[in-house]
Formats: sequence, C-alpha cells, structure tokens
Amino acid sequence: MRNFLAIYTKEMRSYFVSPVAYVIAGVFLFLTGYLFRNILMQFNYYCLQFSQRQQFMQGGMPNLNLNEMVVTQFFAIMDFIWLMVVPMLTMRLFSEEKKSGTIELLMTSPLSTTQILLGKFFAALSLYMTIVALTLVYCLILELYGDPDWGPIWSAYLGYLLLGCTFIGVGVLASSLTENQIVAVLLAFGTLLLLWLIDWSASFAGPTAAAILTYLSIIQHLQDFQRGVIDTGDVVFYLSLTFFTLFLTSRVLESRRWRR
Amino acid sequence: MIEVRELSKHYGDVTAVDGVTFKAESGQITGFLGPNGAGKTTTMRMLTCFLPPSSGTATVDGFDTAEASLEVRRRIGYLPELPPLYHDMTVESYLDFVAKIKGVPSSQLRTRLDETMEKTGITHVARTVIGQLSKGYKQRVGLAQALVHNPPVLILDEPTVGLDPKQIIEIRETIKSLRGDHTIILSTHILPEVSMTCDKIVIINNGRIVGEGSPESLTAQLREGEVLRAQVVGAKDAVEAMLAGIPGVVDVQREDAGPADAYLVTTAPGQNVRDPLAKAVVDGGFGLRELRSMDLSLEDVFLQLTNEDSAEA
Repeated sequence: MRNFLAIYTKEMRSYFVSPVAYVIAGVFLFLTGYLFRNILMQFNYYCLQFSQRQQFMQGGMPNLNLNEMVVTQFFAIMDFIWLMVVPMLTMRLFSEEKKSGTIELLMTSPLSTTQILLGKFFAALSLYMTIVALTLVYCLILELYGDPDWGPIWSAYLGYLLLGCTFIGVGVLASSLTENQIVAVLLAFGTLLLLWLIDWSASFAGPTAAAILTYLSIIQHLQDFQRGVIDTGDVVFYLSLTFFTLFLTSRVLESRRWRR
Repeated sequence: MIEVRELSKHYGDVTAVDGVTFKAESGQITGFLGPNGAGKTTTMRMLTCFLPPSSGTATVDGFDTAEASLEVRRRIGYLPELPPLYHDMTVESYLDFVAKIKGVPSSQLRTRLDETMEKTGITHVARTVIGQLSKGYKQRVGLAQALVHNPPVLILDEPTVGLDPKQIIEIRETIKSLRGDHTIILSTHILPEVSMTCDKIVIINNGRIVGEGSPESLTAQLREGEVLRAQVVGAKDAVEAMLAGIPGVVDVQREDAGPADAYLVTTAPGQNVRDPLAKAVVDGGFGLRELRSMDLSLEDVFLQLTNEDSAEA
C-alpha cells in the first residue's frame, strides 16, 4: 500500500507540477463548455418555436424532454472528446520512464509490477475523474433554470467512471509498449477509435459475428447508462476490458524479467 | 557479498556476457574494468535483476537474482550509467520518493534523507529542481539515490563518467568513504580510477573475464622480472659489459629513444640487483646518474590483457 501510494503521489505531482493537467483540463472544459452552450441555445430555440406553434395546435406542448434533448446530446459529444484526450493523459506514464531510464530505478526497487501499474493507473483515473466531475457544473446550470431528472445524470457519470477505466487501461498498455510518447498516443487513439466504430461493421456481418461486434463496441454500453439503466452486463464489460488491458500491461512490464 | 557463476547473456546471436565468474567480498570495492561495450553494464543489469541472465547464476548476500529477486532488490543500491532522475522533482522530494519505494520506514525517513544528502554533499541544493542542476550534481543525486536506504550492496555503473577532474576526485572520495560498510562494485573504463579506489579488479573484455586480482597482483602477474633503467656515464661497450656481468641480470639493452647513456636492465624474478649494480658502477669508475624501476603500470596490464584476448578472437 505504501509503495502504491508513493507511485500514485509521484504521478499526481508530475501531472500538476507540469502544465499537462492544467492544459488538458482547460482545453477540455473550454470545448465542452462551448458545445454545452450551443446545445442549450438549440433547445431554447425549439422551445420558443413550439410555444409559438402551440397557439395553432390542439392538445398542448409536444414532449420536449430536457434530459433527452440536452443532457444526452451533451454526453454523446463528451464521449468523443474523451476518446482523444485520454491517450494524452496516459501517454507518458511508462514511455517517459523508459526514455529517461528511470524505469531502471523502478524495476530494481523492491516494488511489485502491480504496485507500479496500479499507482499509475489510479493517478490517471483521478485526474480524469476530477475533470469529469467539473462538467457537473453544466448539469447544475440546468438545475438552476430547468428541472432535469438527476437519475440518468448520475448513472451517466457512473458510466463515465467505467469508460475512463477502460480508456486509461488501453492508454497505459500503449504507453508500456514504446518509449516514444507520440507512438503511445497514436496506438491508444487508434485502438479506442476502432473499438468505438467496431459495431459499424456489424451491419455487414452474419448474425453471430454481428452480435459479437456490437457487444465489443465501447460506446454501445455507455448508452444504457445515459438512459438511466445500470446493467450488470455493461459494468462487467467495462471492468473486464480494464482488467484485460492492465493484465497485458503487467505482462509487458514483466517480460523484461523472464525474457532470456 | 556477491557471487557470480558462469553468467551469460545473449541478445539473439550476439553474446554480450559470456560465462563470467567472480566474487565481490563484503566491505570491499571491486572494480569492473573494461573498454566500452565489454559487457560491464549488462552484467550489472543482471546483478540488479533488471535483466534476466541467459544462463548461469548470480547471488547477492546469498539470494539468487532469479529465484529471490525481491530480496535481492531490497539489498542493493544501484546507480545506472544514466542516473535515473525525474527532472521535474526537487532533490529532496526525489530522494523522499526513492526512500519510500526502497522501503525505508517512515520513522527513519527524515534522518536517512539528511544523512544521505550530507554524505553526497547535496544538502544545499535540496530544494532545487533536478533538471536545473549541473551534470556533476546530477551524478551526486544519482549516487544519493543508490545510498538512501543504506543498502549492504552498492552497484555503480560508471559513477564518474562525464565529470570534470575535481568532481571525479570528490565522487571517488565519497565512494572510498563507503568502503567497509558496503559491498561495492563499480564499473569504469578509466584505469587510474580502479587502481586508486578498488581493492580488487576484474578486467572484462568481449564479455569474458581476462584478468582478476588486486591492483598489485595484477601488475605482478604480468611482470616476469623487474626492469631497471640505469643512466650511466662512460664508454658504452664497457658499461654494457659491466652491467651484464652483475649477478642476477638477465638482459641489458641500450635505450633507443631518450637521452644517451641509458640502459634497460632486466633482472631475474626475486633478485635485488640495485645495490650490486650501484657498487659495480662506482668500482668501475663510471658515473651513476639515475637508477629507477620501470614498473608496469596498470595501463600496460590492461592493454596487454585486452589485446591478447582480441588476438585470440
């Protein structure tokens, strides 16, 4: 535990001592803020249009759902921004240690591979969740001026925690494979994008293959969370993918010890 | 104590270390000497469990590097060729991090940090960011990193490389001050370094050990008999005949290069011919200007050993 904390603290320090954490949080929040504003303006415009038309229509307002038209829309775009940002959070975790030779310090210290790996993983996850939590501000704005349903919002945030674990798992694996940070970013981004779009090819595959491809899509599973459904199957999907990537990473790191 | 038996490492077809066997006694400094690319770093990486050996074993304080890697790693302090520093950390927070991952108990953390920084002379830069330090100070922080948990075994890979002469002397003094408490292995390709600091030298070339022993015994090993250089004024042939007539002298040669009247006198092993020589010169009515021993320097030993080996290959 002490070893884990030492690695975790060191990683957190290095995020916040360098401009990395601030730049990533700043750019991410600016982009999501801009998108949120536009989605909100769009919703506003619809409301206005419908209320004008209402005078000519019988049967009152059509169903304009704040959750469906603003929150879900917003989350759908945030997913994609994370897909690009997470690889940048994770790229240096192992590749920088390899490049600067500090991996030699870690690997010759009485640390287990799991302690090193989990320390780094949870540091990246903490930074990710901090930025994710900051986006709650947008939902608070909705609460101030409207009446959103908080159930689906909370379940969506649980979905983001799980999605983050998976994204970071893939990012950490990519970083452990190379000492070049650009290679690490591209590997992680490519893998995540492929897992994102994999259900597209389901439309052209046989029924069994289609089911598998759809199941593998990392984004399909998030939609349940955004609708307010917490399905054990989805939780298992994200957690098992996370464990799988972390397991592979630990194998990559330990291969140095058993590769004769 | 470190015991290495038949240790080898292959990278594909390339053999970096080939059946190396040696011992490093407790409390002594063992120098690992060899040209660049001889296999010094690879051997050290195997000792520190960073690389697994292809074959053979290495034990550190009785623990096998392959079987009980964690126990070995608890007992070693390792300074790699490139000091493993985090350039965005301050010296103190870096050492604090290293001390924690090396398992220094919290109660001793503060004293260990202060002691180590004092020993390596970096107390006054404790709050400086490592990236801003000069090369010499970075090297010292690297050494401090290896010492912070007070390990019984220290493995230092080229600890003085890239430093200026004054810094080299300082680092050497620091290392010498550690003798007795720690088993130290240091690698270098600089000869005076080993003769000045080490109790024992292991010479390695092309992945194989080509010489082993104390600095004195290594020089003696190659020296068949003593060579004396005598500068004697007088008729050359007469002097030569006189020198050759002294009991215990095996060979007399005029020195080609250098000042005239100089002769190289080779003596039989274990014979002291200086006093008879001086007496003979005076008795013969010649003038003795200089008489000194032409000791083989470690440099000669090194070149001779590494050349012999490459000639075989």
